[in-house]
Amino acid sequence: MINNNTDKPSQLKKTPLYDLHCEQGARMVPFAGYEMPVSYPLGIKQEHLHCRTQAGLFDISHMGQIRLQGKQAVSVLESLIPSKISDLQTGQQKYSVLSNDRGGILDDIMVTNMGDHLLLVVNAACKHEDVEYLQSMMRDMSNEDCQLEFLQDKALMALQGPAAASVLEEFSPETARLHFMQGGAFNIRDIPCVINRCGYTGEDGFEISIPVGRAEDLARLLLKNDKVRMIGLGARDTLRLEAGFCLYGHDIGPETSPVEAAIEWIIADKTNKSSCPGAEIIWQQLASGVTRRRVGLMMQGKVPLREGMDVLDDSGQLAGCITSGGFSPTLGKPIAMAYIKSEFANTGSQLQVNIRNKNYQVETVALPFVKHRYHRSN
Amino acid sequence: MSELKFTEDHEWIRLEDDGTATVGITDYAQEQLGDVVYVELPEVGRELGKDDEVAVVESVKAAGEIKMPLSGTVLSINESLEDEPETVNADPEGNGWFMTISVNNPEEVDTLMDDSAYNEFLGGL
Repeated sequence: MINNNTDKPSQLKKTPLYDLHCEQGARMVPFAGYEMPVSYPLGIKQEHLHCRTQAGLFDISHMGQIRLQGKQAVSVLESLIPSKISDLQTGQQKYSVLSNDRGGILDDIMVTNMGDHLLLVVNAACKHEDVEYLQSMMRDMSNEDCQLEFLQDKALMALQGPAAASVLEEFSPETARLHFMQGGAFNIRDIPCVINRCGYTGEDGFEISIPVGRAEDLARLLLKNDKVRMIGLGARDTLRLEAGFCLYGHDIGPETSPVEAAIEWIIADKTNKSSCPGAEIIWQQLASGVTRRRVGLMMQGKVPLREGMDVLDDSGQLAGCITSGGFSPTLGKPIAMAYIKSEFANTGSQLQVNIRNKNYQVETVALPFVKHRYHRSN
Repeated sequence: MSELKFTEDHEWIRLEDDGTATVGITDYAQEQLGDVVYVELPEVGRELGKDDEVAVVESVKAAGEIKMPLSGTVLSINESLEDEPETVNADPEGNGWFMTISVNNPEEVDTLMDDSAYNEFLGGL
């Protein structure tokens, strides 16, 4: 009944917070080559609700952190993504994707302009390929002044939830000046950090990059505040699903374009084609549309919708496929994201999902499922 | 009322005095699954062989299949799990029961583990 993952723990890497996870009673599972906490004794549902009402601390040290430096760092990166970076001011952050020549997505990334360099945060499962890819592209542009450093000496944690700002300000009052998608270098007590006001939950919150050797100190410091609880990858997934965010390898990947994924808002200038790989296809799709789109699905009843389930139209023809699904602890009902034929992708389409030989009615809905509560400027 | 018997799939079976059996999932199983959000139970009257899939239990993260621990006919189901699936977490070996079944082949009971055998089995996982 229960599938035990057979990856050998000995081959897995540990994050700097491994001992803390074990001390907190975490259930550790293999994820992207690391032993990661999927949940703590509180359980996924309560961890999820805690993050929505107070503050959750997530170990995301498995993610990749990359520094791009040099006079042409901006133009090099800009040539690989469909977004503009040259207009990104110091202390500002942007979400984008590394595109492939089919207009698909190699990875989704966060980029912060740190003034004298760019800081990239990339997916754990993609980070080694991303570094190799960036380095190979830089070799092809050999006259460019751009250096890459893979920051493997840095841990990363996220503090998310309505209480996140007040908790962090207690230790680092200067962080109060940050708005959503802004970042910079700060000290938390005596610990030098790079802090971005962003996250993967839809709540206000921060991602904190910190030297590996100080990660546990910082986590313990933050946990001293009663409002802060450790949150595992299980709740991280349900939180991001409610927030309507894509999970790489599930909702986006090499065969999905930013337009199909409904994240074309990352493309600032829809009239002027960028020079990124696959730009021809992406801008063509912007102009004349796509045959399928990522949408939200909701249903009456309680049967969880799961990744891989087919979505059918009234006549039983295939209309799409679920790429992420599960149970929303906030709404108390199943939610899912799916790629649906464009003719049904408008909000309010009535479709069916077949679960164990029984058809259930589902409706396409706008994303997110749960309203974002960012700390935006003005 | 007899002591509980167990399967390697983490179901418990209580053999009742009237020759029927009550079936549920063990405390270990509910803990492994995490927060249960949905339980799909069989139709009453269905006749199934040992190890046939009979029910589905879904948590926030995962779905698990429940197999018939013994050959038999479904006599009743715990309808309260439809609205309160979390009972499976709160009281797995009591109010979180799944169904009652007839015991068609009493000799199959010998294939089940008793409490100490099940604990030993869990220790080896």
